[in-house]
Amino acid sequence: MRAPVHPEERRRGRRPLVVAACGLLAAAALAGCGSAPTGPPVLNYYTAADNAAGYAAGAAACTEAAGGRYTIVQQTLPKAADDQRLQLARRLVAGDTAVDLMLLDVTWTAEFAEAGWIAPFPEDEARQVQQGTLEAAYETGRYQDQLWAAPLNTNTQLLWYRTDLSPTPPATWDDMIRQSEALHQQGLPSYIETQAAQYEGISVWFNTLLTSAGGQLVSENGDVLVDDGDAAYQAASIMQRVATSPASDPSLSVAQENDGRLAMEAGTAAFQVNYPFVNASINTPPPDGGGGGTFIDEQGRPTAENTGRQVRDVFAWAPYPRVDADRPASVTIGGFNIGVSTTSRHPDLAFEAVQCLRNRENQLLNATEGGVPPTLSELYEDPAFQADYPAWEAIRDSLENASVRPKTPAYQSISIVLADLLNPPAQINPDTIVPQLAEQVERAVNSEGLVP
Amino acid sequence: MAVQSSAPAAEAATAPADGHRQGKPQLSEGARAERRLAFLLCAPAVFIMVAVTAYPIGYAIWLSLQRYDLRFPADQAFAGLSNYVVVLTSGYWWSAFLVTLLITVISVAIEFVLGLALALVMHRTIVGRGLTRTVVLIPYGIVTVVAAFSWQFAWTPDTGYLAALLPDGSAPLTGQASAIALIILAEVWKTTPFMALLLLAGLALVPDDLLKAAQVDGAGPWQRLTQIILPMMKPAILVALLFRTLDAFRIFDNIYILTGGSNGTGSVSMLGYNNLFRAFNLGIGSAISVLIFIAVAIIAFIFIKLFGAAAPGSDPDGRR
Repeated sequence: MRAPVHPEERRRGRRPLVVAACGLLAAAALAGCGSAPTGPPVLNYYTAADNAAGYAAGAAACTEAAGGRYTIVQQTLPKAADDQRLQLARRLVAGDTAVDLMLLDVTWTAEFAEAGWIAPFPEDEARQVQQGTLEAAYETGRYQDQLWAAPLNTNTQLLWYRTDLSPTPPATWDDMIRQSEALHQQGLPSYIETQAAQYEGISVWFNTLLTSAGGQLVSENGDVLVDDGDAAYQAASIMQRVATSPASDPSLSVAQENDGRLAMEAGTAAFQVNYPFVNASINTPPPDGGGGGTFIDEQGRPTAENTGRQVRDVFAWAPYPRVDADRPASVTIGGFNIGVSTTSRHPDLAFEAVQCLRNRENQLLNATEGGVPPTLSELYEDPAFQADYPAWEAIRDSLENASVRPKTPAYQSISIVLADLLNPPAQINPDTIVPQLAEQVERAVNSEGLVP
Repeated sequence: MAVQSSAPAAEAATAPADGHRQGKPQLSEGARAERRLAFLLCAPAVFIMVAVTAYPIGYAIWLSLQRYDLRFPADQAFAGLSNYVVVLTSGYWWSAFLVTLLITVISVAIEFVLGLALALVMHRTIVGRGLTRTVVLIPYGIVTVVAAFSWQFAWTPDTGYLAALLPDGSAPLTGQASAIALIILAEVWKTTPFMALLLLAGLALVPDDLLKAAQVDGAGPWQRLTQIILPMMKPAILVALLFRTLDAFRIFDNIYILTGGSNGTGSVSMLGYNNLFRAFNLGIGSAISVLIFIAVAIIAFIFIKLFGAAAPGSDPDGRR
């Protein structure tokens, strides 16, 4: 190798540049590390964006209660459940040690546990969590005989209906479809509102109908049970009948929770199966709630005239309709649990903090401020909770019969293929869909094949 | 994915920079030193390109040959081409592929016609030339996601001003055909200015004298367009079509916001996203990504080899 022309000049010219570049890089690297903070260990608590203020208040109260042993810092995740899950997964896969505590949707327990992202609760901690906690809510945090996430709040659906249109609320889906068609023939509001858009909601609707009919999607070992017996056939045919009835809402195939609420508040729906937030909404005037201010005439049709009668005056609730007249419906349970990450530097402190974060005061705060039902059974007797939740008795009863979504790491894939096969519900063929469901769910459980 | 724009229209206008040498004479010491310097100067760029493009592409190809699901880390194993078999035998892939193809062909065709009209207008404008060009470019300057959200609101019953123009009870984003039409509309609205800009650069290649001479010879406006302007613009047209086709084939953001891929409106990129980021299935998701990459490469190949579009950076007549 020969020396380049004018090597001296070029080298001299380049050296300061190289030094400057190296200096910049080194400075950036150093700034990234920073100096270790002094003081008690910090536990980062990642929560959903909804009710973030409530979770932050809980974190602050528990920091205080810890008396300087640890500090809990609440971090807000995105609003949508899919985005929350994705962000947590990214951090955990990358081994982010700054994730200690996480709010996990009840459907993520098996997935996060199997992937090794969350740590199981030690025996004594698990026993402490079980104490006084609703059975079904506790079950959502369990996978393979261990507790992986401690229930913070829960959710369940009820039947919300109009007393003027249906003096005796329907006890079964058959009954509800009959009543709805009779109302339609009289030219009265007749819609049955459910969650039937292509998303998690339609999978929940199907799972509730399936378990209410005595069926099950998948066992905890991953065996596909959806085509056992005729429960899936019954569930699919109810969905198809609700959607094809002349009395049905034409936009049912894109309806989510909020669309049902709006149809009810506007006076066009007679029935809806939905979460308790619809009750808070109809009784809260705009802009904070939807308000049930729509006027209705003598027969119950919405009208622009001031008749002195409004939708909210005839709004009531009843147990979720049954599939089988002899067996209470088992409604799919929702809610958030708190998990401890395997990447945490302080797992012992984190488990301890979980007990505080889900204590009575914090659950009551979340219920009254955030509007989510608690998981401690004694709170259902609390006057403050009962005042906010007039339907508390029906909610508690519904939670006692609740069903848990399949505990399999592949739940998200199952839900996606279910939603794809069942939407639009009007085009379901109950005779052919069951084998299709079984085949697609099987592939999803084994993480074979694509999700649409 | 891999093909990014680098001054797309410029190469058509520039002449070959240095004449090509005959034979390879012994380089002088100075020339060799300069060449070495040239390599050194290129090295950082090459290093960065390898780090940010070659490595991720290679990694994606490696992942696509694995059974690798984030939810089952213990099951990771080499799987050969089985992920590709699964994807290519899946109805979901082919329906997404057809939707993508449909959106690509229709939107690029409409964009070309509108873009050419806009380019002619911009070329001929005498007063307020700067203002016209700025106004035309506004849609292209708006972030796609923001524009998609405003389309979504506009087409949603109850809240949207455009949905209000439709018959009562219609929700155009909920049907397959109507939703795809609206996705195409959003794409066309958004990227026609880009097409117009590329075509405008091509229009500058057409000598005015030639058009005047043709006019004197009695050629009408249509004849001048089809016989003179379009043939002279061919390199620019092909580059514009190539870029837009590649872009349109990878459509994601408009669909993600407008329909989320429901009702059979998902594109191949949506399918890849769902398998990677919702199902956490890195093997199958990567196989989809690699297939999209191959499809894009085939499109580029067709344009360059069959239609003779100049590859960006090469001579207009494809000498290099």
